[in-house]
Amino acid sequence: MRYLPKSPAERRAMLDRVGVTSADELFHVIPEEYRLRRDLAVPPQMGESEIIDHFRQAAAKNAVGYASFLGAGCYRHYRPVVIDSLVQRGEFLTSYTPYQAEITQGTLQAIFEFQTMICELTGMDVANASMYDGSTGAAESIMMATRITGRSHSVVASTVHPEYREVMSTYAQHQGLPSSTVGYDAKSGRINLDLLDAAITSDTACVLVQSPNFFGVVEDIPAIAAIAHAKGALLIVSIAEAISLGIVRPPVEADIVSMEAQSFGVALSYGGPYCGVIATKDRFIRQMPGRLVGETRDADGNRGFVLTLATREQHIRREKATSNICTNQALVALMATVYLTVYGKEGLRELARQNLAKADFAAKTLASQPGTRQLFATSPRFNEFVLFTEEAPATLNARLLDQKIIGGLDLSRWYPELGHATLWCATELNTRAQMEAAASTLACAPVEA
Amino acid sequence: MATETLKPSATLASGPTPRNTTLGKVRTHPTQNEGLIFEKSSPGKRAVKLPPLDVPEADAERILGDSFRAEPAPLPEVSEIEIIRHFTRLSTWNYAIDLGMYPLGSCTMKYNPRVNEFIARIEGLAEAHPYQPESLAQGSLEVVSLLEQCLIEITGMDAITLQPAAGAHGEFTGILLVRAYHESRGNARRKVIVPDSAHGTNPATAAICGYEVQNLKSNALGMVDVAELERIVDEDTAALMLTNPSTIGVFESEIHKIADVLHAKGALLYMDGANMNALVGKARPGDFGVDVMHLNLHKTFSTPHGGGGPGSGPVACKAILEPFLPTPVLARKADGSFGWNFDRPQSVGRVRAFYGNYGMFLRALAYILANGPDGLRQTTEDAVLNANYIRASLEDLYELPYKTASMHEVVFSDRRQAQRGVKTGDIAKRIIDYGFHPFTVSFPMIVSGALMIEPTESESKEELDLFIAAMRAIASEVEETPELVKNAPHSTRVSRLDEATAARKPVLRWRPVE
Ligand SMILES: Cc1ncc(COP(=O)(O)O)c(C=O)c1O
Repeated sequence: MRYLPKSPAERRAMLDRVGVTSADELFHVIPEEYRLRRDLAVPPQMGESEIIDHFRQAAAKNAVGYASFLGAGCYRHYRPVVIDSLVQRGEFLTSYTPYQAEITQGTLQAIFEFQTMICELTGMDVANASMYDGSTGAAESIMMATRITGRSHSVVASTVHPEYREVMSTYAQHQGLPSSTVGYDAKSGRINLDLLDAAITSDTACVLVQSPNFFGVVEDIPAIAAIAHAKGALLIVSIAEAISLGIVRPPVEADIVSMEAQSFGVALSYGGPYCGVIATKDRFIRQMPGRLVGETRDADGNRGFVLTLATREQHIRREKATSNICTNQALVALMATVYLTVYGKEGLRELARQNLAKADFAAKTLASQPGTRQLFATSPRFNEFVLFTEEAPATLNARLLDQKIIGGLDLSRWYPELGHATLWCATELNTRAQMEAAASTLACAPVEA
Repeated sequence: MATETLKPSATLASGPTPRNTTLGKVRTHPTQNEGLIFEKSSPGKRAVKLPPLDVPEADAERILGDSFRAEPAPLPEVSEIEIIRHFTRLSTWNYAIDLGMYPLGSCTMKYNPRVNEFIARIEGLAEAHPYQPESLAQGSLEVVSLLEQCLIEITGMDAITLQPAAGAHGEFTGILLVRAYHESRGNARRKVIVPDSAHGTNPATAAICGYEVQNLKSNALGMVDVAELERIVDEDTAALMLTNPSTIGVFESEIHKIADVLHAKGALLYMDGANMNALVGKARPGDFGVDVMHLNLHKTFSTPHGGGGPGSGPVACKAILEPFLPTPVLARKADGSFGWNFDRPQSVGRVRAFYGNYGMFLRALAYILANGPDGLRQTTEDAVLNANYIRASLEDLYELPYKTASMHEVVFSDRRQAQRGVKTGDIAKRIIDYGFHPFTVSFPMIVSGALMIEPTESESKEELDLFIAAMRAIASEVEETPELVKNAPHSTRVSRLDEATAARKPVLRWRPVE
């Protein structure tokens, strides 16, 4: 087996030292009736070229060469080449959690830079080293808010990503934490502020909204914060499209920001691995889940970095920990750090402007076709929008697929009240030609009987 | 532009000077100083050129209104070469499997094959969107299906979900399955039993699943005390969370009795599969009474740890728990194609958006294909042989608190060295000077001053012999020059860091000097 660095003679010498005649003897402690005395029924050993062929064949069965207007929590952005050059360095790729600070300063300093960048983007004071993803980060943020406030109830906007809401509900329900959902204003696509106000009780720990929300609409964070804070509830803002922070005002009024950093240079990869991260105000640090890197000095006065405030964590506090998280998404956080360094202050701004312009043009172009209109068209938005069509999304999308275009996401699964609504996303990678091709396909909709 | 000058180490005074001399397999060489990326920033520098916009500019201020960001975030402004140097320099400050043995117990730091990285980046797989039509995602779904089949076969279980993002997330999912199972029978039950040898994630998981944690003291062999278990298991017990092989690297030979005790009271057996590297191809948890378990693809199945993540923590279970698996589950349709089934009325719900850390599925499957059944078995045998070789080579110098046969890791204690004032943490720091990553220290908690050594199968006899020689040399140093060990490491860029101040006055982000 080519990954195993031993010759038969070396194995023999080692067995002699151990005092057994075969490696199998070392398994004698396993009762005989539980020993597997046959080969596992898995495919036979393959050579490297066969492995590559295997996965190339799989890839060929997927959509290749399609234009895509899918977003909805996973965004297709250009990934600069240097990201993979750097994260594939073995010293980053093949090291463990930096518990031994003297020989993991590289990872530690990079995480410290990541934490800093997330703070600068979100307007928060501190950010952790990462969570699994945006959905689990949101669920953990709610648990964090219940610990801070001593209250148990959470209020969640219905315009939060439906799969995030499912995850939050899985986490909350089994701990007996009640939750309620607040609907949106039919015209603006923003959370209905009157309903929000009415939903908050003296037991409400937090209000959680997503911005830009699942419809691509930017929420009125200052107004929502005022309503939540007036009743002693915290505000959690979930951000799924991180590039928006290049041009959308950061949610500085929030108490906790839970972000998905996938847009920062992370491949779509059919839904993961991505990179959640929680950021908050200084005063809530002790209730924060996840690892934190802090700056310090060594015995000789040199600057260095260490994992810190570990008394929040499972390996110290066990059942009293703020979370059970251990392994996080470190390498993906490194991708995001490299990405943000490549784009930098001006680049991220320009990229965000391009996304906004692309989506604006796509929305106008598509919505100007007969039988088609843009929903929530006057609300602030970033790179996603909802399109209403007379034609059913299923038939529309089938016609688009014939033109090698993956159209907007059918929203009827989660928002049946919207009728024939689809969620479209246009990033810097969507060309004007793709938008015009999609529009002309829309234009030749068969007349509905 | 404050690139700090490194101050010379003051701790070299005692003992031989390691600088520029060979110690075991290493000799020091210069590493580059490098400040924070923010300290390199200067307005106007860029590392990116966007293509020209092919649509009209939009009026962002008008579209966003009050939500327009007036001030861009002060991200660093640097050029591409500076980025490459910055992160390359940082990388050289890390130790890694690619440099040498990384015997971190419980973490299974094995070789991460490069073909895994290659195939994970094949365009049609890497660029697949989770919402693209299933008809255009059959390749991605086939990978899920084959990996599921392989892992079910390896564990001997009946069903599986790949959705959890890491080991602890798998534990969370598994205990939710337990909870849903009991609830379906009318009572969620109140407590989960966790041995005192367990990893911290186990009790933390039980707590976030709404269970009370009942501690189970290990017996004199460091194993489950079956009589004690029998005494405390009752109708209120939802499950026992057991690591097998245990965290002292020992197979719980009474595992079936343990399962029987639980099952007799209607409780379930959860297995923390962190140590599956000792079992693959040799024994299957499904055959020895386990009801539900998680795997760590980032341990047993070679996906890289990446400085702390990402991982992937599939949960395999027996048929009785299948109805409760998170949604969606992969299904084969009548026409032979794959699709996601969301119609799962008894499901515990989703534990993560989309389908899990998919990129890790690709890598784990590539690893299984590279090994085949014979390779997987040989891998396990080599992992266990390596641990036993270390044990046989060091047990005369380091105390073995439990003499039970070792599987894939061996746990010593610092009892002898502590008599000279040297603790496991000091020995760990000293082995850094010899060019190794330390073993796991101070875990499991049932061993006072633990040195938990897991070599994995990836080490050659030569590397193991160097490690053994280093550990033996340190044992002598403890006798002759204990201060040398207590002040280690001596050869690293930074000496021991002030963790107390870091925690007392946390500095968790960079700020510009005013
Ligand atoms: C025995 C054991 N259980 C659970 C875990 C947690 O796994 P993860 O870090 O993948 O969440 C670990 C690893 O850290 C472990 O060693």
